[in-house]
Parts: sequence; C-alpha cells; structure tokens
Amino acid sequence: MSATTRRPTIIAFLGPSVLTLIIIGIGPLLYAVWTSLHYFNLTKLKQVEFIGVENYATVLSDSAFWDAMGRTFLLLGISLPIQIALGLCIALLLHQPGLTFLKTITRLSLVLPMATTYAVVGLLGQVMFNLNYGVVNQLFGFLGFDPINWLGDTTNAFITIIFWDIWQWTPFVTLVLLAGLTTVPSEIEEAAKLETKRWTTILRYIQLPYLLPALTAVLILRTADTLKLFDMVFTLTRGGPGASTELISLLIQRVGFRAFDQGLASAQAIILLLVTIVLSQLYIRLLYKEVR
Amino acid sequence: MSTANQAGASHRIGVQLLLLLLIILFCVFPFYWMVTTSLKTQVLALESPPVWVFEPTFANYTEVLGKDGVGKTLINSLIVAVSTTVLAVLLGCPAAYALARFEFRGKKDLWFWFITNRMVSPIVLALPFFLIVRQIGLLDTHLVLILIYLTFNLPIVIWICTDQFRAVPFDLNEAAMLEGASQWRIFRSICLPLAMPSVAVSAIFSFIFSWNELMYALVLTRNEAKTAPAMAVSFMEGYNLPYGKIMATSTLIVIPVVVFALIASKHLVRGLTMGAVK
Repeated sequence: MSATTRRPTIIAFLGPSVLTLIIIGIGPLLYAVWTSLHYFNLTKLKQVEFIGVENYATVLSDSAFWDAMGRTFLLLGISLPIQIALGLCIALLLHQPGLTFLKTITRLSLVLPMATTYAVVGLLGQVMFNLNYGVVNQLFGFLGFDPINWLGDTTNAFITIIFWDIWQWTPFVTLVLLAGLTTVPSEIEEAAKLETKRWTTILRYIQLPYLLPALTAVLILRTADTLKLFDMVFTLTRGGPGASTELISLLIQRVGFRAFDQGLASAQAIILLLVTIVLSQLYIRLLYKEVR
Repeated sequence: MSTANQAGASHRIGVQLLLLLLIILFCVFPFYWMVTTSLKTQVLALESPPVWVFEPTFANYTEVLGKDGVGKTLINSLIVAVSTTVLAVLLGCPAAYALARFEFRGKKDLWFWFITNRMVSPIVLALPFFLIVRQIGLLDTHLVLILIYLTFNLPIVIWICTDQFRAVPFDLNEAAMLEGASQWRIFRSICLPLAMPSVAVSAIFSFIFSWNELMYALVLTRNEAKTAPAMAVSFMEGYNLPYGKIMATSTLIVIPVVVFALIASKHLVRGLTMGAVK
C-alpha cells in the first residue's frame, strides 16, 4: 500500500497541518527558549540582555518554584488516590447488572462535572464555599459544625481545591475504568463468579489485569492535567491565601504576567515542558504498543 | 432458601439504588446551585444562611446580557470556537488520512509530537505567544485565539480521525486505485464520508475545549475579543461580588458545553485519552 504512495502526495495531505503546528507551536517555543536565556522584564524592555543559563540557575535554586511543584504534586498525591478509589467503586457499581435505566442516568450525570467550564468550577466554588453565604457551611451547620473559613485559611483553601478536583475528575476516572472493565471477556468473568462469591477476588485476579492500561492512562493523564491545572484554581483562590494554592501553572503566570519577568517565567516553563515530554514518552511507551 | 436469596437480592438492589442516587446528587448538585443562584436577586444571594425556596427572577440574565455586555463575549467565544474547529477539521482530516494510510519516515515522531501537545501546559506557549503577538500588534483579536487554540484542537482532530480512517476497509482503497482514482479522490469521495461520525465527534471536542479555555483568553485579549469565561472572571474584581450575575454568566457559558458533551458522551473517554482507552 505504502510503497506506491508518492512523496508529494504525502506532503500534500500532511503538510498544511504540520506547517501550521510548526508555526504556532514550535516557533513560539523557540522564542521562549531565547527569552529564557535573557534578562527580559516587560517593564524594562530596554535592558534586555543575554545572561546564559542564569534564569535556569535561579529557578532551580528558587524555593518558590519547588514549593509550587511540591504543592502541585501534593494535590495530585492526595486527590488521585481518592479519584481512583471512588472511580473504581463507581465503575464496579455501574458494571453490575440491573437498574439499567438509572445507570444510564448516572452515566449521563457523570458527564456534567467533566464538561463544566473549568473557570466556572472555580467561580461556583467561591459561591458554594463562601464563609457566610455558602451552602456548604449551611450543610455543615445541619450536622452541628461551626462555619468553616474555607477560602481564607491556607489549609482549608487547599482542601477546597482538592474537593473540586475530585468533583470534576472522578467521573473521568470512572468512565475510563468502566471502559477497562468492559474489556474483560464475559465468559471469564462469568466462570469466575461461579467459583467465588468474593468480589475482591474477582477484582484482583480477573479484572485488574484488564484494568492496567486504563489505570496507566489515568495515572499519566491526571499527572499531566494537574501540571496544567490553572483555570479552576485561578478563579477560586488566585493561588492564595498567601501562596498556599499557587500551583506550578499559576506561579509561572504570576512571574510572567504580574511580576513581568518573562525571562525567568520562560525558564520555569521550559523546565515544566521537559517534565511533560518525559510524561508523554511514558504514555506512548506504555499505551501505544502498536506504534512503537 | 429461595426467599432468603430473594430478600438478599432485593436488599442488594436497594443498596445499589441508594448509591446511584447519591452519585447523581453529588454530580448534579453544584449545577442546581449555580442555576438557582443565578435566579436570585443580589440581596437574596447574600442571605445567610442561604435560602432554598424563593421567587425566581431573570433580572440577572437581562442585566448581564444587556448592560454588562456578556452577550458580546458569548459571540466572541462562539466566533473563536467555531472558526478554530472548522480550521482544525479542514487541516486535520487530510493529515489523519495520511497517518492512517501512508507509510513514511518520521511517522512515529509525528505521533509523539501530537501526544506531547495534549500534555503541554498552556502557560508554556502563552508566554512567547503574548510577546510575539504584542510585537505584531495582534493582541486582543479573534485571530490570535483561533490560531493558538489549534495547538490543542489539531492534535485531537487528527488523533480521533486517524483511528476512524484505519477502520475503513482497505479493499475500498485498492478497488478505487485500480479504477485510477487519485488519493485525494479516494479520500474525498470514499473515506471521508465513511469517517463522518468521527469527524463530528472530534469537532465537538474541539468546540468544547475552545469554548472552555480561560488562560490564553485571559492573557491574549483585553476588550474587543474577550471571551465569555474571561468575562465571568472579570466580575470577580471588587469587594461586593455580584454572585447572581456571576452565576448567570456561568450558566450561559456552561449550558452549550453540557449539551454538546451529552451528545458526544459515548466518545468522551476516547477523546480525553486520545484513543489510548476506547
């Protein structure tokens, strides 16, 4: 099939999109590399000068950068296990026979959090978790708790971020795992159910092997998405109070656009990009066996 | 024995029912709260503790759409999302066809590049894009957003459509080639019509991602090309936050996305994992 395809044909089909991506993707990236090697402050554009890898040295020894990275991975480390645990339970529940109609409704309502504009999730968070007018404190009040200052306290603000991350992305984990569950051949599952009544045994020995690709995808994509996470946190807390919810994307945005130090921000962004490239490599190696 | 079993079974169904309702409630409640808050007056929205039963009003909607100019930002969002989607489909479909049907050097690297685009944080491109666009005087235009949204839409379209083109039987290609049809002709008249469902799904994804996007819009627009999410954020400045208006704007933003997402709900997983999980 392929030997007969002429080079010009391939270029005609592929050229336009590759060229577009080079111009809008690679071009700016190279410019970011250039910026990262310079002292480049938006308020002092006359003083742009080449300073080599000094920005990188600053970033790597900058505690603000590592703190932001640490917070990003702390968020991931707390919310991802919860998302996987909840997601697995919900997926197993939906995988059970019976109540078909209600399960269809459940599946559709799982789509809602995922589709919600990320910025809106943050705004909604402000409304619902408000100290005085928030419905969350009202519900806690019914249970006999005092009102909690969710967004004004460093720890609580971080918990609020975790809550919304779980709300928005547990459905994604659920649906990916559910897709994984449906790849288990039903004969094997039926046979196993005749052998044992314990669902943990079935999960461990029958379903888990089939779930591994789905779990890998969840792990890598959630890592990448947490490193990307900006909109929801920005609209909910703007990284505050203090820097308590300043994740890596928010830090770079602040340094680049509110402290105007484009050089330093670019160096941070390039380091983030390198982490991302490693993740992508992993994703492909582990999940697209037919390509490699 | 059998009655005990039946009791057990109906008990289990009862537990299932309860859990399912809980999950639905958890997913839907924030939505319910967003919509009801958008129907409250400012005084009512600032009631402490919050009220659940009240006389709904559409005042927030008429106000944000009229005086505050949210209507214009919604139109901006629409222009940007539709244009970038059309461009992504026009550029992406031939590329997807090439990836599915042709063999060439560097194909793996191309795949890797597309995957990386799915993972890269938008802030990485927002910094240089801002500087370049500012230099050439294109800040605050639709064009800039349309172009930069291609960086995530094009890979998605190519990814989803490649999968679909692979599924089109190769016999059709060979038969057409024997008839002397060109590759372009085969693509246009045979494969593309058969791949239409996937093209539609990828278009929906592209639309949703563009419509939801905030960071680029925040950095690259000011007034003229401001999108609806950026507008919603600008309500957050000041001391006395207009909760009703913010939630009305939010509702207006979210409703079209939810409709599209429900239409494409069967393909959501495939789209979000770039086909790694079907």
